[in-house]
Amino acid sequence: MLALKSSVIDLRQSEKKTLIGFFSLYITLCVVILIFVSFIYFKSQKDFMLGQKRISLQNYSNEFIVKLKHLHVNFDKNQLYPRDKRFKTAIYDSDKKLIFSTLNSPKVKLDNIIYTSDNKKIHFIKEPESYYLGARYVIIEINEDQAWLYNMQKNIFMITAMGLVFMLIIGYFLLRLFLKPMRDALHLLDRFIKDTTHELNTPISAIVANIEMIETNNLDEKLAKRIRRIDIGAKTVSNIYEDLTYLTLNNKIMSQNENINLSEILDQRVEYFTTLADVKKINFIKNIQEDVFIVIDIKKLSKLIDNLLSNAIKYNKINGFIKIILNEDTLSVEDSGKGIKSEQISLLFDRYSRFDKTVGGFGIGLNIVSMICKEYNLDIKVDSTVNIGTKVEIKW
Amino acid sequence: MVKRILVLLFIFYTSLTQASVYKNNCIKCHQDLPVSIDKYFYRYLLKHSSETNVKKAMKEFLNNPSKSKTIMPEAFINRFGVKNKSSLTNEQLDEALNVYWQEYKIFGKLK
Repeated sequence: MLALKSSVIDLRQSEKKTLIGFFSLYITLCVVILIFVSFIYFKSQKDFMLGQKRISLQNYSNEFIVKLKHLHVNFDKNQLYPRDKRFKTAIYDSDKKLIFSTLNSPKVKLDNIIYTSDNKKIHFIKEPESYYLGARYVIIEINEDQAWLYNMQKNIFMITAMGLVFMLIIGYFLLRLFLKPMRDALHLLDRFIKDTTHELNTPISAIVANIEMIETNNLDEKLAKRIRRIDIGAKTVSNIYEDLTYLTLNNKIMSQNENINLSEILDQRVEYFTTLADVKKINFIKNIQEDVFIVIDIKKLSKLIDNLLSNAIKYNKINGFIKIILNEDTLSVEDSGKGIKSEQISLLFDRYSRFDKTVGGFGIGLNIVSMICKEYNLDIKVDSTVNIGTKVEIKW
Repeated sequence: MVKRILVLLFIFYTSLTQASVYKNNCIKCHQDLPVSIDKYFYRYLLKHSSETNVKKAMKEFLNNPSKSKTIMPEAFINRFGVKNKSSLTNEQLDEALNVYWQEYKIFGKLK
């Protein structure tokens, strides 16, 4: 068997959704981890900075407590609260009631020892051994040095960016690992289709060519009926064969575009499918404007029309109809079949999508239609109502 | 209007009563001592910090004075001894301590 090497792996919508979901979850997780790491880093840097400031704050508090002691002893003569240019202070009693304050940032956390407060200030809380003037808590306030914050923000930004890039690289390899079984399965399917297609070529050509050579007029009615059945079967197989060939070969071949009389081609293809439609007693209602021209590859145009007609027959009911309308810029094929649910319309053009398993097929027909439409910038619109029918409209 | 006057009169009367308890029972004795009454206050403040704690400690001492509870130095106790138990009721003690706190508290005095 021969396997054609070139292949295109189309991930289906649901698979894409799964991958997007996986990747979103992964990115979210990475961001959460990075935020957590950044927070830890921020905390450690802040503690380091406060640790450095603590020594000088300790000295300030000792100096201030000596002054407070002096004031306590001489309070009957002097009530002037000690002040210093280098720092601000406040004193609180054991009920955490403010005795006096010169702080710029009045909000204090007396249960802490050292912390950064609002207005970019650092507060240091000291509990003196004796409560001079009743002060159980002495608060020393200095300005916060902003340089460390700037450096830290810069470092966090760099570390986060590097971490995110690293995580994305890991994510990419994880995704590849995650996709491998899916890709392998799709490769296997594609290879199988290519090999099967190749092997079908000769027998199908022989059947179709020989049936066309048979003169049914000279045969008795029973035999002619049998020959017609073989003809229908051969055409069905031939259509499937062409679809598979198109998927494996034609979409990689340069298009031979020419100005085509669409009206004529459409008539020919309807005629070709009449035998198939007759089996289900389906009536063609044609409203085809004459001499509508379009620049397209004739094989691709035939494939497009064939798939629309083939689907309209396949999913139609007995004694149904197929309405074909062609005008200057629109081709529409409407059937009276089972129809599909509105939520399934978006998945209709996915390869291997099949919503009705009671009839044959691989789910590739409308995928081919969508590929051709995409190549020639044709707008395709599907309207469907369950149990009423489906209308496919192509505009150019 | 009458209500207001009555309330003001009540407050005035209460403060007068409290002041008289403090004056008659605290100042009266302490003025004869070589250490002024404010020094006791600052010693209590140094040890007990807040209004609640200071008043609580003073009341405990006044109700049950002892060497172990005093905030005064040993030399002072050796010379003057531990004071006698107060004959005032708890309510009178509270009134006197309120006046004492208001007289010497730090709040609002620092500049």
